[in-house]
Amino acid sequence: MARLSAAIRTIASVLAFCCVMAFAAPAPTLAQDNPNASAVKEQQLLNQLKVIQGRGTIPDAKSYVLEHPAGRDWRYFHTVTLKWIGGLSILGMLALLILFYLWRGRIPIEEGRSGRKIVRFTGFERFVHWLTASTFVILGITGLNITFGRALILPWLGPNAFSAWSEWAKYSHNYLSFAFTLGVVLMFLMWIGQNFPTAADVEWLKRGGGMFTKKHGGHPPAYKFNAGQKLLYWFVVLGGGAMMVTGYVLMFPFYGGLTVGNMELAEIFHGIVGVVFVAMILAHIYIGTLGMEGAFEAMGEGTVDVNWAKEHHPLWVDEALAEQRDPKGPGLVTSTPAE
Amino acid sequence: MARMKFLCDADRCIECNACVTACKNEHEIPWGINRRRVVTLNDGKPGERSVSMACMHCTDAPCAAVCPVNCFYTTADAVVLHSKDLCIGCGYCFYACPFGAPQYPKVGNFGSRGKMDKCTFCAGGPEADGSKEEYEKYGANRLAEGKLPLCAEMCSTKSLLAGDGDVIAQIYKERVSRRGYGSGAWGWQTAYHETIAT
Repeated sequence: MARLSAAIRTIASVLAFCCVMAFAAPAPTLAQDNPNASAVKEQQLLNQLKVIQGRGTIPDAKSYVLEHPAGRDWRYFHTVTLKWIGGLSILGMLALLILFYLWRGRIPIEEGRSGRKIVRFTGFERFVHWLTASTFVILGITGLNITFGRALILPWLGPNAFSAWSEWAKYSHNYLSFAFTLGVVLMFLMWIGQNFPTAADVEWLKRGGGMFTKKHGGHPPAYKFNAGQKLLYWFVVLGGGAMMVTGYVLMFPFYGGLTVGNMELAEIFHGIVGVVFVAMILAHIYIGTLGMEGAFEAMGEGTVDVNWAKEHHPLWVDEALAEQRDPKGPGLVTSTPAE
Repeated sequence: MARMKFLCDADRCIECNACVTACKNEHEIPWGINRRRVVTLNDGKPGERSVSMACMHCTDAPCAAVCPVNCFYTTADAVVLHSKDLCIGCGYCFYACPFGAPQYPKVGNFGSRGKMDKCTFCAGGPEADGSKEEYEKYGANRLAEGKLPLCAEMCSTKSLLAGDGDVIAQIYKERVSRRGYGSGAWGWQTAYHETIAT
């Protein structure tokens, strides 16, 4: 039995061998054979996939991307588009503010100062504001340095000093982002209750916040925050959130399988929101200092003149005074000592 | 002066990685940095091709354009070099580079990538040619000694060519016409805005 099966196996193998030989012949001639016929083609891959990726033998998975010409689009964005967006929004805002100041001047307290003060922001509110504000100024300057420093600062600082400054700027930008993030998160939680839209906001927006009329009493009423402040609040919360997400993507590059394309996208968002953010905050700084009499004290000392409060935030004053009359409530209105 | 270029004949590359090893050894490249690498396309399938890739020393180099501190410069031989003294390790050159050439000694969390490192076409850096400082920062300066990049010199199948762009393009053209096929000069269109008609 064993012998028979061995014989069958032998015959079968011989037959199989003959078959293979028969099908293999005739052997293809060299001239007909194009080893490149099925080969991958660079242009075809680029047209189909925009990126050529293969397999490599080193641990760095990023290195398996052979070619990624989309870097060119990002280069154009970073060296041309972002400069235009940034330049136009920031210089445009400065120009608008200068024109506004020349036309409107400093917005005065119409009734003059009453000498009585009302608490507008508590110590904690001011701490959060200035934490966010001071870190924002540094983040803004060091961020703009990455886009505009090479053209504006490098020529007069020289390559060595500019590199030293830029390296410190980079580290400040990265590490102070944590303090800024904390500030924005606290601001979000602390003020969200007073920042939902109300009917008064519609009226405020319709009248442009009373900013564009020199008429006496042209200021529309508002609660603790007017519509303009609410818009700024939501811009800071949402824009700041976008800055955080994209910023931390850039700070911890390629985590979670992010590709070089994702990193480029993060930089694009970070850049655009960043320059618009700077432009918005310029307007905020203007109206909080030079642009309006009696406004800076709110964040400076935490109290404002009662007349200022009545002109700009009468609905809030009513609320605050009602709370004041409530024996259980905190004392908000204080009299300054006679001078 | 010549316009230096790399050309990898993908129909000849056998993925032996000798170019990678030669580069690492010649310049004493630290662990984790690969100035040159071999990428295999369609691995294990018909039409598989391997391409050895490093900095292509682009015409109008994107890395140089996006660098926020302007640390790149182009030599008379059209080799794209950079100054590690000026580099701040921002990582932008890697985003702009079509070939993934820039390398960093550290992972890069908190912006701590360290100074960028890349292929120098064996041409060192801004320091004096052949100086100790130049060698420590950028590796050997073979070009200053009249030699071509070691990766191409060591290539066992002469797949990787390095040198005057016109000369290596001519060599490649002759090869293609003699053997009757060629998958093209990989990366040339992207790097030099021109390719070799075959």
